[in-house]
Amino acid sequence: MHLKYESFIREPLVDGNKTYKDVTADICRPIEQKPSKLWYFGLVVSLLFLGFGAFSVFWEVYWGIGVWGINHTIGWGWDITNFVWWVGIGHAGTLISAILLLFRQHWRTGVNRAAEAMTIFAVMCAGQFPIFHMGRVWDAMYVLPLPNTRGPLWPNFNSALLWDVFAISTYFTVSLLFWYSGLIPDFATIRDRAKTKLRKRLYGLASFGWTGTAKNWQRFEALSLVLAGLSTPLVLSVHTIVSFDFATSVIPGWHATIFPPYFVAGAIFSGFAMVNTLLILVRKIYRLEEYITMGHIEAMNKVIVLTGSIVGIAYLTELFMAWYSQVVYEQEAFKWRVLGPYWWSYWAMMTCNVVSPQFFWFKKLRRNIVFSFILSIVVNIGMWFERFVIIATTLYRDYIPSNWSYYSPTWPELGFYLGTFGLFFTCFLLFSKYFPVIAIAEIKFVLKTTGDKAHEDNLALEEKSLEEFIHIAEHAH
Amino acid sequence: MAVKKFAIACYDDEAPLFDAVHKVRHSGYKLHDVYTPFPVHGLDQAMGLKETDLHVAGFIFGITGTSTALGFMSWIFTSDWPINYGGKPFFSLPAMIPITFELTVMFAAVGMVLTYCYLNQIMPGVKKHVFHPRQSDDLFVVVIEVTEGTDEAELMNFLNSTNPVETNVQIAEEGWWYGRFDKEEEYQKQLA
Repeated sequence: MHLKYESFIREPLVDGNKTYKDVTADICRPIEQKPSKLWYFGLVVSLLFLGFGAFSVFWEVYWGIGVWGINHTIGWGWDITNFVWWVGIGHAGTLISAILLLFRQHWRTGVNRAAEAMTIFAVMCAGQFPIFHMGRVWDAMYVLPLPNTRGPLWPNFNSALLWDVFAISTYFTVSLLFWYSGLIPDFATIRDRAKTKLRKRLYGLASFGWTGTAKNWQRFEALSLVLAGLSTPLVLSVHTIVSFDFATSVIPGWHATIFPPYFVAGAIFSGFAMVNTLLILVRKIYRLEEYITMGHIEAMNKVIVLTGSIVGIAYLTELFMAWYSQVVYEQEAFKWRVLGPYWWSYWAMMTCNVVSPQFFWFKKLRRNIVFSFILSIVVNIGMWFERFVIIATTLYRDYIPSNWSYYSPTWPELGFYLGTFGLFFTCFLLFSKYFPVIAIAEIKFVLKTTGDKAHEDNLALEEKSLEEFIHIAEHAH
Repeated sequence: MAVKKFAIACYDDEAPLFDAVHKVRHSGYKLHDVYTPFPVHGLDQAMGLKETDLHVAGFIFGITGTSTALGFMSWIFTSDWPINYGGKPFFSLPAMIPITFELTVMFAAVGMVLTYCYLNQIMPGVKKHVFHPRQSDDLFVVVIEVTEGTDEAELMNFLNSTNPVETNVQIAEEGWWYGRFDKEEEYQKQLA
């Protein structure tokens, strides 16, 4: 009945000779145990950051955008840099869930639940920036095409900024639906094991009454496939639309057709790095190394080196096109990026994004946990600098020299950014305590074909002759 | 719905499960359902279930999204309040593509998930009978309805001959109702 046969030479996706019962017990363990001191410490720190962030945002809404460091020349600073950074990080989760499902990559089962959660929290953080950078946040509803008493006054559907509103809202909604529909059977598992009345009630509510009949699972798989099919073009389109915020303008250095693929590759790059950062911590702290194996980390590192190289090629293409086009404004824009007062951010970006992922060509480094962790953080720093370089170092030297200026962030901007880290980690810590960080049902689904025990059994099979193998396969169910 | 009597047999591996399901279908007993902790490929065919048409719902919702987006934006830009934005044409299809695509995906996803919940009869507050607490853990549970014409002893002998880990007979409410999983239901107080 298993249509998939996997040879013993492939690395197992689940170690430790697990049975279905072991899988449930291992993944439910963090939920059923009391939280550790480390968890409480992390939660308190995150809440402090979140509180400071909330205060910084209040300060900016009350006193106005003037409390930020942006000016007439550099109209977008840390606000939009952070927006694009968080949205980019979010894309890896959908890619792992959706695109790897379509490609039948079973290794996604160890990482998809946590990656999708990361996506949702990252998009929540990202969404704060476009909202609060409006200044007059109380007029935010006018961004939506709702009937009003001013005509009705509709938004400008030609604007890339409005496309962004639709793209980010759709992305958040669809990711949430995909994540939650996968969680329903796992909540049912926790509910059926729950010992206290409160847990039975709450997980019973969260599980929507799921019981797991064959028809239910049939529809579950159909839904997952279609949502994956919808989410794949969604990932590509959302970050393309974000890139259009820049590409549909007339600014030299922004008005380039390379932006959509460049941004999408960069998003996958930073997203996978963040997934690595989170999962290396999760697997260690919750002792789930047998489910989030070295093979999973290595696979993600391979994607990191691939997308990092694509991003590097995009940087070189931009420089080439600036020269080849012989457009003096384009050439000047890049000259100021590389050699102007912001040269340090450009070189930080180049080192972190182009040079550092190249270490992952070496298998020893790909399979080294400490190195992977450090590099994943370096990549995220590099990608932050990329967005900063694109925004601030392009705007600060525009067409008219008398406009040329410099940008430094102020404390409310810093506070806002730290606040989003607080929001992200608060949500992620709560998620890791109360929700299953690994997709229980999906691991069980792949256990018999990709677990280490299955591979050992396959070894015995592979030593038989071809005729015997065919005979055995024909007479299985 | 109705309170009925059911006989269950639990298996801990896929091979005896498929064996049992084939035997039950050829035996004439009324197979109520099979509960598994994860999707088991081939089980729907073994049980004789039809393929699901859920993707059709997704498509219909998606088409609705496309037409809503295109229609609405075209109406606004050409009829309700046309505005000259930097000389751009009033009806420009390329500019409407991103929002059209996003709304297609949004309508399709939301509509499909709501249809899925409706078909599977799941919702916050819904309660259903759980035949065995390990049906979501590591057991595959085959549930057969015991009607008036069924000889219970014969049925239990038949089930025990298929190598189950456990068998028993239960009284259960069929279908779903609004309830809480921390409260015991009336019918559960009746012993089988």
